[in-house]
Amino acid sequence: MHILPALVICIVAGLLLIVAAIELPPVGDPSAAPHVHVAPRYLEESGSFLHIPNVVTTVLASYRGFDTFGETVVVFTAGLGVLVLLAGKTRTALRRRDDASGQPGEKGGGDA
Amino acid sequence: MRDNPILRVTAKILFAPIIVFGLYVQFHGDYGPGGGFQAGVIIAAAFILHALIFGLEAGRRLVPGWANLAMLAGGVIVYGGVGVAGMMLDGLFLDYNVLSYDASKGQHYGIILVEFGVGLTVTGVMLALFHAFAGFAEAHYRAGGGASADNEGGE
Repeated sequence: MHILPALVICIVAGLLLIVAAIELPPVGDPSAAPHVHVAPRYLEESGSFLHIPNVVTTVLASYRGFDTFGETVVVFTAGLGVLVLLAGKTRTALRRRDDASGQPGEKGGGDA
Repeated sequence: MRDNPILRVTAKILFAPIIVFGLYVQFHGDYGPGGGFQAGVIIAAAFILHALIFGLEAGRRLVPGWANLAMLAGGVIVYGGVGVAGMMLDGLFLDYNVLSYDASKGQHYGIILVEFGVGLTVTGVMLALFHAFAGFAEAHYRAGGGASADNEGGE
């Protein structure tokens, strides 16, 4: 069966994620790695260096500009993917409607 | 829903303030909560409300398909363009310091332009998804609706 390899992959990936989640530092731990690396520098310097009061915006658009560019491209790609899928389906439905309206048109005429 | 006067009047009153609020969230992102992602969804919500009340056809007339696609791609182009502009001015990709004579001014310009690009793309995607799903449902309804629905669709 084809379901077996997929099931094995799902279970293995899930177990790996759970093991990784156990290793995460506790929520709010001030000595966790992300909180002692660059985050203090961003918080202390963004106001005096960039002169922009909102730290969220400076981190999002300036310090992590590459990341946000990727996010924008992801949103763009996702939208384009859904558009391509649905536009094709819509065209199929419209064609089916045209085909259907061609035949029942004669039938409808016969009924009337 | 076009026939309900309460909905129609409410939509007419709310349409412009929703867009103004969206623009406020967009361009106030430097100073308060906000930014392109949130503003894009708010502005798209105004157009979706318009299309819900006045019909899909009116919504398509307001934001034609080509404009929608242009917004979709234009936002990414604006964002990437800011990055390339930084490179042209002897900086790194997405380095805003070189965009102006003053580094902090350059950061301001860069962040506002980049957030504008994000907002444009998010608005375009939300509107395109709404129109795609609504048009999809409409086409299927007509296709499965039988001869009488076909006649209505044809008129």
